[in-house]
Parts: sequence; structure tokens; C-alpha cells
Amino acid sequence: MTGTPTTRPSFDAVAVGDTVAERSFTLQRLDLVKYAGASGDFNVIHWNERVATSVGLPNVIAHGMLTMATAGRLVTDWAGDPGAVVEYGVRFTNMVPVPDDGTGATVVVSGVVATKDDDARTVRVDLTATCDGSKVLGRAQAVVRLP
Amino acid sequence: MAVNPDIVGREYPPESVYEVSREKIAEFATAIGSTDPAHFDGDAARALGHPDVIAPPTFAVVIAQRSEARVVRDPEAGIDYSRVVHGEEKFVHRRPITVGDVLVTTSYVDAVRSAGGHSMVSTRSEIATQGGEPVSTVTSTIVVRGGE
Repeated sequence: MTGTPTTRPSFDAVAVGDTVAERSFTLQRLDLVKYAGASGDFNVIHWNERVATSVGLPNVIAHGMLTMATAGRLVTDWAGDPGAVVEYGVRFTNMVPVPDDGTGATVVVSGVVATKDDDARTVRVDLTATCDGSKVLGRAQAVVRLP
Repeated sequence: MAVNPDIVGREYPPESVYEVSREKIAEFATAIGSTDPAHFDGDAARALGHPDVIAPPTFAVVIAQRSEARVVRDPEAGIDYSRVVHGEEKFVHRRPITVGDVLVTTSYVDAVRSAGGHSMVSTRSEIATQGGEPVSTVTSTIVVRGGE
């Protein structure tokens, strides 16, 4: 798939309350292994089920930063320029368990334009991310500069 | 064991440089499932007004976490890494991290709090070019779970 639209939303055309997008993302064990290698975060709870369950986790869990990056793709794809994101912050409110069942975990992400800053020509996109009905990111906000 | 609150205000100056490579940006972008050409193709990035391929917004964590690891390892902090979970993360970018950047990071301990038997440690990493141009600020809160 191509993630980037050919036309970028313009600041003037975007209104508070606009829905940015809603998408489902699948995370499988392979995605966690790839993220571990790319990020350098080799915490065993992200790849070793034996250790993860022995410390009381329901299963291997996704890196919070992988969930954050995945949700961020909703914003960068909408903006048409990953460099347009000038701020991005989240709280990690619930874990994303990733079972080794061929299906993995599904994270549903949606975003809405919450505020506009006319001077900076930026908008704040508030994101919602859920996995099996529980919110996995809290206060997830991205500030995006638009042309 | 609670985290030592006396580490608040501690500064960890740059120890090494991070050189941003085309291959690492492509690897990281692929790992987060992005196919955005701005991460892979210099011409596509230039068409958006960037000097060359740019990193995804959360790539700065790779650089920041190397620097923050010094806080976790600080023997005076008293942080048990096996009990650490990630609480919050925030990036403020003055510009995108770009291929060819040679970056240095200073980390600070901004806060240590205790609640419900857990300790929350908030750090701030200032990422700048070797020439002193500020690029990104990364703030992170880790939760050190209490226990026996």
C-alpha cells in the first residue's frame, strides 16, 4: 500500500472536529522482533513468552514505542509529510499483548482535529488507540504543521 | 526500593555522537510499517522541502534512550531495570532528524515522584547537532514498579 496521499491537507481547509482517519493495524511477533532490532530495545518481555509470563504479564507485549509509532503513521500519512509533525506525545495506559497465534494483536487508531493555531499554522490531532476494547494510549496528541 | 529523589537535577552531558545513516532510517521506518517515501528516497524528501531523507517522528527515541540509559544505570539512582515500564513519551522537533546529522545528547533528570508504591522518573534529553543547533527534545517518564 502507499501510505502517502498525493495532496496534502491545507491548514485553511482543515476544521476543528474533522476526522483525520480511522485504521486498524496488526502487530505480530515478527513486528516486535523487527522493532527490537531497529530500535535497540531488546527487553525480553517483548520477545520471550516464558520470561514475560513469569513476571506476571499476560503474554509477550508490544513495545510501547512501537504502538506510539504505529499510531503516529495515521497522522504522518494524513499530513503527507512525516516532517510536519512538530510535537507528538502519549501516555502508555494499557499493554498490547501479542500472542503467537498467527493473528497477533489488532490496534485500532483514530484521530480528530482538536485545535488550530492560526499563528503557527499548526493543528493538534488527538488520537485514540485501542486493543481489544481497552485504551492503550492516553492523552495522545500530535501537533502538525500544515501548508 | 524507592528511587533516590536526590538525582533530580542531575545532568548527563554528551558522551558520544550519533551519526544518522540512510540505512538506519530505512530500517526503523520499515520496522514501524511505514512506506512513506520521505524515509527512503532523497528526491521524495526534497520535494517536501527537506534537504534529504528524514526520520520518522519517533526515531529520536533511538538516540534519546541511549543517553537516558545512563540515568537507569546510575548506581546512585537505585533503579531496578527489571521493574521498569514505560509511562509517557513526548517529542518536540525543531526540525526533522535528517540523514547525515551528527547528533549529541544531554539528558537531565527532571522529576522523581512516588505514588502507590511505584516510582516515576521523568527525564529530558536535548538532542542537538555537534555544532550546537537544537534539533529535538525528548521527554520520557518511566515507572519503576514497587514490590516486595
